[in-house]
Amino acid sequence: MNFELSDERRMLRDALERFLRDTCTPTARAAAEQTETGFSPEIWAGLAEMGVIGAVFDESVGGFAGSGFDLAVVFEALGRAGAVEPLLEVVLAGSLIAERGDADQRALLETVIAGEMHLALAHYEPAGRYDLERVATTATATESGYRIDGRKAVVVNAGAADTIVVSARTSGDVADKQGISLFLVPRNTPGLTLRDYPLAGGGRAAELKLEAVELPAAARLGCEGDAFDALERAVARASVAQCAEALGLMEAIRELTTDYLRTRKQFGQPIGKFQALQHRMADLLIEIEQARSAVINVAGHLDRERDLRERHVSAAKQLIGTVAKLVAEESIQMHGGIGMTQEYELAHFVRRLIMIDHRFGDHLHHLARFVRLKAA
Amino acid sequence: MDLSYTPEQLAFRAEVRAFLAEKLPPRLAEKGRLGKRLTKADHEEWHAILNARGWLAGNWPVEFGGAGWNAVERHIFEEETTRAHAPRIVPFGVAMLGPVLQKFGSKEQIEHFLPRILNGEHWWCQGYSEPGAGSDLASVKTTAVRDGDSYIVNGQKTWTTLGQHANWIFCLVRTSTEGKPQEGISFLLIDMETPGVTVRPIVLLDGEPEVNEVFFDDVRVPAENLVGEENKGWTYAKYLLTHERTNIAGVGFANAALENLARIAALECAGGRPLAEEPLFAAKMAELEIQLMAMATTNLRVIARAAAGQAPGAESSMLKIKGTVIRQEINALTRTAVGPYAAPFPSELLDEGANAEPVGPDYALPATRQYFNNRKLSIYGGSNEVQRAIIGKALLDL
Repeated sequence: MNFELSDERRMLRDALERFLRDTCTPTARAAAEQTETGFSPEIWAGLAEMGVIGAVFDESVGGFAGSGFDLAVVFEALGRAGAVEPLLEVVLAGSLIAERGDADQRALLETVIAGEMHLALAHYEPAGRYDLERVATTATATESGYRIDGRKAVVVNAGAADTIVVSARTSGDVADKQGISLFLVPRNTPGLTLRDYPLAGGGRAAELKLEAVELPAAARLGCEGDAFDALERAVARASVAQCAEALGLMEAIRELTTDYLRTRKQFGQPIGKFQALQHRMADLLIEIEQARSAVINVAGHLDRERDLRERHVSAAKQLIGTVAKLVAEESIQMHGGIGMTQEYELAHFVRRLIMIDHRFGDHLHHLARFVRLKAA
Repeated sequence: MDLSYTPEQLAFRAEVRAFLAEKLPPRLAEKGRLGKRLTKADHEEWHAILNARGWLAGNWPVEFGGAGWNAVERHIFEEETTRAHAPRIVPFGVAMLGPVLQKFGSKEQIEHFLPRILNGEHWWCQGYSEPGAGSDLASVKTTAVRDGDSYIVNGQKTWTTLGQHANWIFCLVRTSTEGKPQEGISFLLIDMETPGVTVRPIVLLDGEPEVNEVFFDDVRVPAENLVGEENKGWTYAKYLLTHERTNIAGVGFANAALENLARIAALECAGGRPLAEEPLFAAKMAELEIQLMAMATTNLRVIARAAAGQAPGAESSMLKIKGTVIRQEINALTRTAVGPYAAPFPSELLDEGANAEPVGPDYALPATRQYFNNRKLSIYGGSNEVQRAIIGKALLDL
């Protein structure tokens, strides 16, 4: 056993943390919120320049890392800084392009790694909640390719994405795993309309309407009808990233809160001297260590056989979601009134942390899924 | 990172497993699996088997008759023995006093006591807690007054686990009332057959006399039984507690308890189908399993650091809280799983070979008994509240 980071990963983490400390300030975040995309192009360019985007891909597509622990290291640092830049979308859509793309399609990833192209994944649908296999959007074969019709829900970064990976059903019933295909859709394709909005946890997303969207056959990503397994793997990778980001957010919140307990005085002493608050903070620390272990577990099992991998995905999402709620709520409470204010830094961190439970399945969804995976 | 064990560690695991298959008496394993009462002779039998293999004191250096295992090897040994339902090693001599004597004891004490811990001639118990002191050990009141070549000991200890079996007790005694309360404490070894020592059992929630009160009434103890220096006992006590807290997470016990729970949930029926398939119950079990998966990794992280030579500090407080709470929750859900048969409490059935007619399924009584018994987990070894205070101070700097 070895729970230490490799030297390369440690160097990447340190450099990334330094960079984000300087650039990802509360002021910069506030400015990014006002932009059309909801994130900072300067920070994005910086991430590309440092090779951080390359770190989420392996050598076969021009990256240099790409394992579960690489994802964990990068995203914990992003979380710690409260960064809102859409690297998770690159992991999601990029993993699918890397796994299923032909040579031309995979070549797109070089542009992505250079920071010059943005991606999004449009998969979940308005009535589908978190069910990965539920796809009502249809792709009908035409003479020249496909016609796509349907709706997609909360597509993060859709407004900024140059290319959107869209799932649609080429056969089967609405909840079949078989029959799901993937397509690369340029954002400006006629028939694709976006209803764009900001997210509670930072960044932006959109509802997508696809009405008679005509695509050439070459837009299809991989074979027809068998995309489910790849989607599940991509979501597994994104879950590692997202859980690690949550861990980073928790660490940042822990620091803010302990600093506050050390400095805020009441009844003639720092409130951290009160045992009632010490105990609650100690409980948070323990739960955050549990979260760290869950991230290690899921990162370490990302490349294992499907059932084992997915059990760890659901375990991590269930545990992280539960701990996130506790950490967010307790830290607000212990801050008192200041914890309720938007202007104090804590607000951004707790909102982003809470919202993490609302992607790829919340703690209850994954609790039930963990049970089913065990029974299977 | 590499989450897998090394080939050497895997080989060691196989060696332990083979040993258990060959040497663990099925009678003892069966008692463990069914939660039956272990006698003093049962414990002694298992200790002797382990000692013959050189594995009784895994944590001791080889030169003292131990196995010299590092933290990972000790962890593997604990996992395998709990999985096999072996009796646990009674920790007081091996895990607690042994390391203290090795570090702070005189040459004579080391030569006299250590072999007797291993060969079973001495059964040690712990004289730390007192009525009113609880986890606040600095406030011990039992006095030891120097009189020539002896100390005269007066006072009372409590919560002395398995003291009814013991012939020796290591005690924290007050030798001075000056300065800070920690500075007047000494560490004394007392032969329990000395006139003036009285042991009185305390029956616990589960109906078992697992712990005792020990009274000292003008007990004359030879001065050479003082460990280290007079008034320095606090240092030795803290050292002992650090050792007590290794393996405090009890991952092996939690795994065994969860396995037992799964077995019961598969046998019990609710609404015409196995309880394990009832969605809410299955979800509760799953939550505990998820917690345990993460905690096992936290435990290994601390162990890996310890094996690399970094002594576990306040991290062991985290493991203690999480590990004990998870086990208690598993015990509570197991009791729930048993349903109405959790209520009957015919304790005579816990004895080996009891021929009274059973009440309900054979797992019902042990489930209830273990639930009540393990309420102690969050109280002993420094209560979980005390552990939180340690975390607040040492890890959070509050």
